[in-house]
Amino acid sequence: MATDEVTEGASWIGRSVKRADGRDKLTGRAKYVDDYAPAGCLHGATVRSAKPHARIKRIDGRAACRVDGVEAVLTASNIPGTNRMPLIINDYPFLADGVVRFVGEAVALVVAETPEAARRAAALVRVDYEDLPGVFDARDALKPGAPRVFGEDNVFKKFRVRRGDVEKAFAEADVVVEAEFETPYQAQAYIETQGMLAEVEADGTVFVAGSMQCPFYVHDAVAAALGVGQNRVRIVQRPTGGGFGGKEDVPSIVAVHAALAAHVTGRPVKFVYTREEDFLAMSKRHPAFARVKYGARRDGTITACEVNYILDAGAYATLSPAVLFRGTVHAVGPYRIPNVAVDTFAVATNKVPPGAFRGFGQPQITFAQESLIDELAARLGIDPFELREKNALRLGDETATGQVLRESCGFGEALAVARRESGWAEKQKRGAQRRDAETQREEASVIAPSRLGVLALNPVAGAGAGAGADAGAGADAGAGADAEAGAGRRVARGIGVSANYYGVGLGAAGKYIDRAGAHVQVQKDGTVLVAVGNTEIGQGARSSLCQIAAEALGAPFEAVHLLDIDTTRVPDSGPTVASRTTLMSGNAILDAARPIRETLVKVAADVLRVAPGAVMVDAHGYRAASGGEALTFQRVASEAYGRRLPVATQGWTVAAPTSFDENGRGDAYVVYAFSVNVAEVEVDLETFETRVVEVTSVHDIGRVVNPGDAEGQVEGGVVQGMGYALCEEVVLDGAAVKNGNFTGYILPTMADSPAIRVRFVEAPYSAGPFGAKGLAETPIVGPAPAIANAIRDAVGVMARRLPITPERLAEMVWEKKREKKIGRKTEDR
Amino acid sequence: MRVACEVNGVAVVREVAPGATLLDFLRYDVGLTGSKEGCGKGECGACTVEVDGRLVTSCLMLAAQVEGRRVRTIEGLGEGHANLLHPVQAAFLECGAVQCGFCTPGFVMAAAAVVDACARHGGRAPTAREVEEGLEGNLCRCTGYQKIRVAVARGVEIAAAECSRKGRDGAARAGTPRTIRKGDAR
Repeated sequence: MATDEVTEGASWIGRSVKRADGRDKLTGRAKYVDDYAPAGCLHGATVRSAKPHARIKRIDGRAACRVDGVEAVLTASNIPGTNRMPLIINDYPFLADGVVRFVGEAVALVVAETPEAARRAAALVRVDYEDLPGVFDARDALKPGAPRVFGEDNVFKKFRVRRGDVEKAFAEADVVVEAEFETPYQAQAYIETQGMLAEVEADGTVFVAGSMQCPFYVHDAVAAALGVGQNRVRIVQRPTGGGFGGKEDVPSIVAVHAALAAHVTGRPVKFVYTREEDFLAMSKRHPAFARVKYGARRDGTITACEVNYILDAGAYATLSPAVLFRGTVHAVGPYRIPNVAVDTFAVATNKVPPGAFRGFGQPQITFAQESLIDELAARLGIDPFELREKNALRLGDETATGQVLRESCGFGEALAVARRESGWAEKQKRGAQRRDAETQREEASVIAPSRLGVLALNPVAGAGAGAGADAGAGADAGAGADAEAGAGRRVARGIGVSANYYGVGLGAAGKYIDRAGAHVQVQKDGTVLVAVGNTEIGQGARSSLCQIAAEALGAPFEAVHLLDIDTTRVPDSGPTVASRTTLMSGNAILDAARPIRETLVKVAADVLRVAPGAVMVDAHGYRAASGGEALTFQRVASEAYGRRLPVATQGWTVAAPTSFDENGRGDAYVVYAFSVNVAEVEVDLETFETRVVEVTSVHDIGRVVNPGDAEGQVEGGVVQGMGYALCEEVVLDGAAVKNGNFTGYILPTMADSPAIRVRFVEAPYSAGPFGAKGLAETPIVGPAPAIANAIRDAVGVMARRLPITPERLAEMVWEKKREKKIGRKTEDR
Repeated sequence: MRVACEVNGVAVVREVAPGATLLDFLRYDVGLTGSKEGCGKGECGACTVEVDGRLVTSCLMLAAQVEGRRVRTIEGLGEGHANLLHPVQAAFLECGAVQCGFCTPGFVMAAAAVVDACARHGGRAPTAREVEEGLEGNLCRCTGYQKIRVAVARGVEIAAAECSRKGRDGAARAGTPRTIRKGDAR
């Protein structure tokens, strides 16, 4: 890891500077939305639908109004403007108007002097319903005659990709594999629940501050709902306790509720959700079904891929069309495949609407497709790594949509690094030897279900790496080798790999909002203010954007301050999603800094008595190329002010062109990040608990701006991906969330977390700031299939459903043993 | 009802509702908002504080239960340390163990307990298992826990260096409650 010390000729790019907001967050000084309590603040509670699909006959708030401290009960009829969240398909009402379509949908609001009074009163709001038929499975919703949730066919959006001739290719293939896969709702599980605080300022401006990723979405929503001009609405993002996509679109709903209540009562109003409420009503990762089919020649050349992918999109469209787009583009995997047929659907059901969650439609299909690649490797008798290497996209190749990779493709190198660093060859060999021996022995007995684990991730002693030790140091027992792991437990070890790519930015589905602004202002004393429209939500945007600004201006990193994100400071810069912040806000900062730097260079040249072309700028300041003392940034800034020169500018950037036609042809994204994950697992052969021992995670994200923060992003993504693989599942009881808390919804803890070896491969992107692409999402895409493939290596079964809980894994293993037994008996006859 | 206790070395007296939790008391009555509510059910650990030197999830404890007792929160942790940062806070900053920061106060309180215990035992490094046992009651969704592990080990080093600077008394003092000061906690 790089250090903070400035070395000769140093650059701010590629350094692990310490987080500017770190100290405040560590000492309890950072103020999140619920830490604000303006005088006279009211508290809101939301009345939610108990019905999955029903007509609202009557809402009776009289009993609620009688509760001491209650100020108002509000329904859809109180909304002065448009009661629809402005997004892609504007179908989601802020408050149900006439019909509810999922359990948990907001029906009415209660505001009161205390949160307790508001909640007590909310429980007293009586809603009379007339039940309507509901549909709870996306596959059922596609059938003719299914209850209608959306439009004529319950399809929010569909896409297709056609390339070559799949039928012919499958007919000619030497090997064809095909399987169906299913993945669950996954909760973003940010530790800070949703929250917003709204007040109407003296001049009538509606001011909303809170926990969010996308202030401009909130801005659109509040202005539309209240029917006021966008110049009378101001949105500020407070420090945000995690987002992961869960604070992309739905915060607009919370914000509108708070703003509406503030507008009606004239007092500040705060809404902060309970954990249960957040689970019940907020967005999640889409449950999905996928059927995938690959065809290949005997030498391992993949010739065809067919995918049918269905997202269960719940009751309202939210971001589903965009989520589906990303899943569609990446559906066949990061391989060179001449014949492709992909059909994808986002389907309406009467369930809580999923939306954005890190990975955005990719983790589901990548789990399916990468699991099947291992099945293909097994059928071909080719090492899974080798099969991927053989078919990997390289510079000059075409993706499934026909996009030629013209630059920045570090996939081949990422594969090589992952193979080497994970010790793949050695561990694979040991696993293969063990399997050969096992086949000879043959397992005659079916293992008894003596003690099935209830939790998926019950930690066992030993395997984790010591604090501070290099990842993997404690994990050399060797994948594949059956081992006695303390207390006589029988465990099977396995190793698995997955590969994925990730289109950086919004791509063709979001090209009209793929722009960003920045304001850069050098102060007289050489400090710098930077304003952008993308948010810091923990990922480290604050550091990397300040590094980019410092580098662009030749200013000390410590002198740069990134202002809190405020919609009055820069024009709509699009959402903070799709790993686009470093790329887009970074480029906007560069655009703003360019003229300032030119001015400062001229000033420095004048002071140094050299030509502007002879001035060098680096982390030390401005100096003559011929040598001599550097002028500090502070000195140059002060000289510029003394000469009355402008050193504050507004920058703007737009994403490079993208396209996608009705047959899925086009340059879908501006550029791709590439990832390879290798996981080693230990499966307990009695409880079928899986412990992930080690993950090697290798990423080409272009130039790495801040290696320390980037590493942190990857590590967090790997553990989220591990949760997705092994234990995380929002369970619905019919239509309502059943496990809406951290007892029922199991998040990995420190004791479950594996040793993680992170490596970066830097294939610079010419249009990115200093060559950067984007990182935030790709780390979560690959771990689940890598873990599934490692489990397959350990116990010989391919999981078709996530999470791979001990119960499901035990079932699969026993089923396989039963099949083998039956097979043997048949042979005996 | 009236609750009188000591928060971060300062005597505090407040009127509270009988059912008020320690977390709400600290956040809304005393005005120390550093401790966070992530679940309200003792599942996430974001509200972790120290009562009479022992860690508690303050969302599960009643304010009335701290009557006459000593409470230490994230706001008081750094007192008496270099740069007003407890060694574990300095280590979290140095190691990049903070992302969104919402779980951080609870993690830091739990990690400080591990570090202080090690300091009491002559500054020896904690085992991986000791770190896990100390911190597995806290949920973090951002970091994947790697940098937090590293930060705890680093915190022990910083604490040891601090102790040797302060002399032999330092080791005995680390983690013990400080003297009571009169006045308002705010």
